[in-house]
Amino acid sequence: MNMQNPDGYTTADGRQIGGVMMEMKNITLRFGGVAAITDISFDIREGEIRAIIGPNGAGKSSMLNVISGFYVPQEGEVWFRGAKRPPMKPYQVAGMGIARTFQNIALFEGMSVLDNIMTGRLTQMKSGLLAQAMWWGRAQAEETAHREKVEKVIDFLEIQHIRKTPVGRLPYGLKKRVELARALAAEPKLLLLDEPMAGMNVEEKEDMSRFILDVNDEFGTTIALIEHDMGVVMDLSDRVVVMDYGKKIGDGTPDEVRNNQAVIDAYLGVSHDE
Amino acid sequence: MFYREAGDYKTSYPEDSQTFPIKFDRIRYYAVLAVAFGIIPFFINDYWANAVFVPFLIYAIAAIGLNILVGYCGQVSLGTGGFMAVGAYAVYKLMTAFPEVSILIHVLLAGGITAGVGVIFGLPSLRIKGFYLAVATLAAQFFLVWLFNKVPWFYNYSASGQISAPERDILGVIITGPNTTAAAKYLFCALILLALAWLARNLTRGSVGRKWMAIRDMDIAAEIIGVNPLTAKLSAFAISSFFIGVAGALFFAVYLGAAEVGESFGIQKSFLILFMVIIGGLGSIFGSLAGAAFLVLLPVFLKNVLVGMLGWPTDLAAHIELLIIGGLIIVFLIAEPHGIAQLWRLAKEKLRLWPFPH
Ligand SMILES: Nc1ncnc2c1ncn2[C@@H]1O[C@H](COP(=O)(O)OP(=O)(O)OP(=O)(O)O)[C@@H](O)[C@H]1O
Ligand SMILES: [Mg+2]
Repeated sequence: MNMQNPDGYTTADGRQIGGVMMEMKNITLRFGGVAAITDISFDIREGEIRAIIGPNGAGKSSMLNVISGFYVPQEGEVWFRGAKRPPMKPYQVAGMGIARTFQNIALFEGMSVLDNIMTGRLTQMKSGLLAQAMWWGRAQAEETAHREKVEKVIDFLEIQHIRKTPVGRLPYGLKKRVELARALAAEPKLLLLDEPMAGMNVEEKEDMSRFILDVNDEFGTTIALIEHDMGVVMDLSDRVVVMDYGKKIGDGTPDEVRNNQAVIDAYLGVSHDE
Repeated sequence: MFYREAGDYKTSYPEDSQTFPIKFDRIRYYAVLAVAFGIIPFFINDYWANAVFVPFLIYAIAAIGLNILVGYCGQVSLGTGGFMAVGAYAVYKLMTAFPEVSILIHVLLAGGITAGVGVIFGLPSLRIKGFYLAVATLAAQFFLVWLFNKVPWFYNYSASGQISAPERDILGVIITGPNTTAAAKYLFCALILLALAWLARNLTRGSVGRKWMAIRDMDIAAEIIGVNPLTAKLSAFAISSFFIGVAGALFFAVYLGAAEVGESFGIQKSFLILFMVIIGGLGSIFGSLAGAAFLVLLPVFLKNVLVGMLGWPTDLAAHIELLIIGGLIIVFLIAEPHGIAQLWRLAKEKLRLWPFPH
């Protein structure tokens, strides 16, 4: 397999990976004097599952926040499908088809599971204020059409039984799943997952891994995920970026990364919470 | 077991998202409408109209408006009195400047003007939240009252500084002025409340409402799913202010007939309507109605019982009213932020299962 081929490559399990979807070029992000990210470049290809790993505080979440527009890097460029992306607000990034979940679950606690997932479709809902106020045919038809899409996601993630439950009442593992559902409801081109399995038991991790693979497989969604569980990372991902102290210290297939001396040192040298 | 959802299956998504999914609720809703429009108008007298029904209807409109902003979108406002004043003075200027135009149009236009003013005073919400936003809206309250006092153009240079509503009719039925019948006042306000409550319900169940609630629950996550905080917050300010402006216009033109800004639309009004929303239930249309009914009825009830039946002095009854309201606010804020509406839901849930507790 030739991962440098600009048109893409074929994975060991026979999946076709396309050209570059998103490219981070020489990103540097500083908070005051502290550099969270220093001169990092990597790309994410169409259809790929790309992992970002590294010890605590390495700058992984900061990198996702740069992609989703929360943080504006002091230096570097973000390219999306062959065009340099101008500085964007998070809601504009969402409009480009990039959805995400958070390391600390960020659901709308006052709303039901169904309403939370329905919010995932807000970027696609177009009927105006007046049409909605009158609940005219168009607004109602739109609501129904989006509800159908959302029900598919609900079936896909096997959460039919909690549809009407207020999110605040759910246990942690299910909240993570609802957050994934909300992101999936947007039918994103690129899905960013910040530690989707943190704090889960083995069974829940297996479920979540299966969902991630299925999303990638069935919908062709490109996925970038941060994860601490090495077993999971090695199983799921096509390519891995390794960060440490804000710098990139490795990039390649799981096997390449596993045998990379710098990576081994970083993981042995730094105490870890997992 | 008469209140139940068993056997009440939904076979389509529109059915599942209707306002009253349970048949019994629908029947009760139609019964309330039948009483409100088929019975009360024939029996209402001036006492009931002025002491209970008309203030309830008007406060309910204002409470729905404030609830959209505070309960649904999570933006605090202490400027309700000031925004009602905008509605009142707008309708006054319109009524006197264009006497030939229907009063209904004027009331709606007054709401529209208030919506514009609301958006302007909502701009700080893009930068500040919570306590700081509350202070900013408080400043709006004082500024607006000061403005309507200070600039004689607003009260048409009347010597008293008051505004008073000239007589206007709709299809020959007098709606404003001293010759208005109790039934006409009641019906006019009731129809407007019905229409606006329906609009509010539609807005809050669709994508606009979800945007507001997303901003309320977690503004960062709202942005990440594609909600533009600017349009979401300002649309909440606009629509909320529209409702409050209509309520202010009705309060002056239909209910009071004559008004002085500081007295009728002072900071006490802001608090009164905020209390209605808190006691009734944040984020609930029904709660807005319940809160308005409760705070309109409470003083009437206390006055009748304490002063009328027990012979207590009037000022003592008034103080007890304040004590009760204060106590309830604390209880609801701490124990049940979703107010009467939530108590009602819980009662229904119990009833739904009765007599089998599982
Ligand atoms: N908003 C912020 N302001 C100041 N410093 C920040 C901010 N966000 C992140 N940092 C700092 O940047 C560094 C990288 O943080 P980041 O959250 O990206 O790490 P991470 O790799 O996601 O770690 P973890 O595995 O613990 O989630 C840390 O030193 C952190 O303290
Ligand atoms: Mg992190």
